[in-house]
Amino acid sequence: MKAVCYMGAEKMSVETVPDPTILNPRDAIVKITSTCICGSDLHLYDGLIPTMEQGDIMGHEFMGEVVEVGAGIKPDKLKVGDRVVVPFTIACGNCFFCKRQLWSCCNNSNPNYWIAEEMMGFSPSGLFGYTHMMGGYAGGQAQYARVPFADVGPLKVPEGMPDDKVIFLSDIHPTGYMGAENADIEPGDTVAVWGCGPVAQFAIRAALSLGAERVIAIDRFDYRLRMAEAGGAETINYEQVDDVVQTLKDMTGNIGPDRCIEAVGMEAHDHGILYMMDRVKQMAKIENDRPIALRQAIQACRKGGTVSVPGVYSGFDDKIPMGAFMNKALTMKTGQTHMMRYMQPLLEKIQNGDIDPSFVISHRVPIDQAPQMYKTFRDKQDNCTKVVLDPWANGGALAA
Amino acid sequence: MSTQRWGALIGGGALAIYGISRRSPLGIALAAGGGTLALLGTRRNNTSLDTSTSTTLLINCTPYDAYKFWRDFENLPRIMNRLQNVSVLDERRSRWVALGPMGREIHWEAEITEERENEMIAWRSLPGSDLQVDGRVEFREAPAGRGTLVSAQLQYRSIPGGSTAIAKFFSKAANFAIRQDLRRLEALLEAGEIPTIEGQSHGPRDIVTGVLRLADPTRPRAPRETIKDAFTTRRSIA
Repeated sequence: MKAVCYMGAEKMSVETVPDPTILNPRDAIVKITSTCICGSDLHLYDGLIPTMEQGDIMGHEFMGEVVEVGAGIKPDKLKVGDRVVVPFTIACGNCFFCKRQLWSCCNNSNPNYWIAEEMMGFSPSGLFGYTHMMGGYAGGQAQYARVPFADVGPLKVPEGMPDDKVIFLSDIHPTGYMGAENADIEPGDTVAVWGCGPVAQFAIRAALSLGAERVIAIDRFDYRLRMAEAGGAETINYEQVDDVVQTLKDMTGNIGPDRCIEAVGMEAHDHGILYMMDRVKQMAKIENDRPIALRQAIQACRKGGTVSVPGVYSGFDDKIPMGAFMNKALTMKTGQTHMMRYMQPLLEKIQNGDIDPSFVISHRVPIDQAPQMYKTFRDKQDNCTKVVLDPWANGGALAA
Repeated sequence: MSTQRWGALIGGGALAIYGISRRSPLGIALAAGGGTLALLGTRRNNTSLDTSTSTTLLINCTPYDAYKFWRDFENLPRIMNRLQNVSVLDERRSRWVALGPMGREIHWEAEITEERENEMIAWRSLPGSDLQVDGRVEFREAPAGRGTLVSAQLQYRSIPGGSTAIAKFFSKAANFAIRQDLRRLEALLEAGEIPTIEGQSHGPRDIVTGVLRLADPTRPRAPRETIKDAFTTRRSIA
C-alpha cells in the first residue's frame, strides 16, 4: 500500500509498504477513504518532538471502511463493511482511566509506556502516527491502517453522511470542543482564543454555543482571522498591535478575558527578544517548546479565570509565569482529547445541522502530494487551513 | 568508604561551596561540577550481588482474577519477557527457563512455600538451579471498588561457587523488569491483550532504529541470537 513516511526532519515521502495485518485479537483493519494532515503533525515535520524514527507512517486523522476484524471483536461492536471514523487516541476501555472517561489517559494502549514514564512520570494513551514515546503506532496517512482496541474507539457513521462532514470527528472537532468545555464558560463570559488554526476555529464556535458572550481570536494571518470572524469572533492581528495583553485589557474594560483558550502550542510565533531566545533554545534542544501563547494567556486572563490548553506541548519549557498563575488564582485545564466522550454527541450536532465542519477544508489533494502539502501547511502558503488527502486518487496507483 | 570516595566528597563539597559563594556564571559551573563530584563520592559501592526488588500495581480486576492467572505459573512467560517457558511439574513444583546473559538459557526449579487462595503465593528456587530466586506475590482488594493491588517481590541471590555473571545479569535491571512485568499483567487482565507494534507496517528503517531496538531494555536477546542478527532483524520488526 501507499503510506506517507517520516524520513527525517522536513522530509516526508510517499513509500510503498506492506499492507497492515491483525496483530492482536481486538485489532481491525480499515481501508481509508479520507485522511488529513494535522497541525500537530507539523511539530513532527519540523523534527521537534523526540523519538520519531525514519520509516514511521504518519497521520492520526482518518476514516474508512472496516475490511478485517480480529477474533476478539464481537459483531455487535464492529464488523466488516462498517464505515467508521477512527479517533486519534487509542483506549482499552477497561482500565482505571477509561472507566472514568479519561480516554486519552488509557493505561494499556501504549506499548512504549516506559519511555513516556521516563519523560512525564506516567504514560498517556497510545496515539496513531505519532512518536515512539506515544506508542509508535503506524498512522493513517496511508491506504490501510491497523486499529487496535477497535471495539472501543471507532465511531460508526450513518449512511449518507459525506466524509468531509465527519472526518474531523477523528481529532480537531472534538479537540476544539473540549478546549472550550475545559474553559468552564459561564453566561456573559469573554473568551480569548490564541491561534486561528482548525482547532481554534472549532473552539471559537463551541465557546459561543456553550454560552460565551464574546470571543476574541488572536492570529497573524488575515485569511484565518476572517474565518474566525465568520464563526462569530472579534479578532486581534498580533503583528499589528504592540502588546496583546494590553489590547485584551482595553477590549474588556480592564478586567481581562474570563476564559483563555491556548490553541497554538509548542511552535508559537511573536516578535521581540523573548521570542528569539525561545527559538534559539528550541533549536539547541535545551527547551522543547516555545510557550509564548501560554505565557500571554496566563498574563491576560482575568483574576480567578480559567486557562484551557488544547495546544500541544512536548517537554520542558522556560519562563512560565507561575507567579501570575498563582497570585491571580487561575485554573488550568488541558490534556489530549478524551475522544470517545465527544464523538457521538458531536455527530448528532452535525446531523442536526448545528455545524458543518467542512468549512475548515482549504485543500483536497491525492496522497502523492502529501510531502509538498506539509510544507504548504507549515508555511501557511496558498491560504492553507486544512489538507484532506485522498489515498485512492488515480485508482490508488503510485505516481511515477 | 575508600580514600578516593572521601576525597571526592570533601573536595567536591568544598568546590561547590566556593562556586556558590562566587555568585558568577563561572561560580555556578564550579558549584555544579563540585556537587556532581561530591554526589559520586557518596554513592555506595554495592559489592553484594544479592538483590531484592518489589513493586505494587493497581489493576482493575478482582483478587480472584489476578490470583488465578498467577497461580498457573505457565502463564507467567506471557507477562515476564525474560522467561522462555515454565512447566508445572506437580501441585507445588515447577521448572523455569529464562534468558540470561548473551541470550543464554538459565534453568531452575521452584517450589511453592506458602499460599493462601486469592491472597498470596510465595515460592523459592530449589538446590541445583542456575539461579537462586525467591518470589512472593500478594493480592489485596483496593478501596472504593478500584480493583486489586498486586504486590510482587523478587529476591535474587548468587549461588556460592555459582556463576556471578548470571546473578549480576538478573540483579542489574531487576527494578525495571518487575515494573514492566506487572504493567503487562495489567494490560492482559484489563484489556485482554498486551499492546504491541511488533509486526506492523513501516517505511524504510535506518541504522539508528537498529541501534535503538538493540538497546531497548524491554526486548531481551533470543537464545543463540548474535548481535549482528539482532541488529538486522530488530531494525524491521516494528
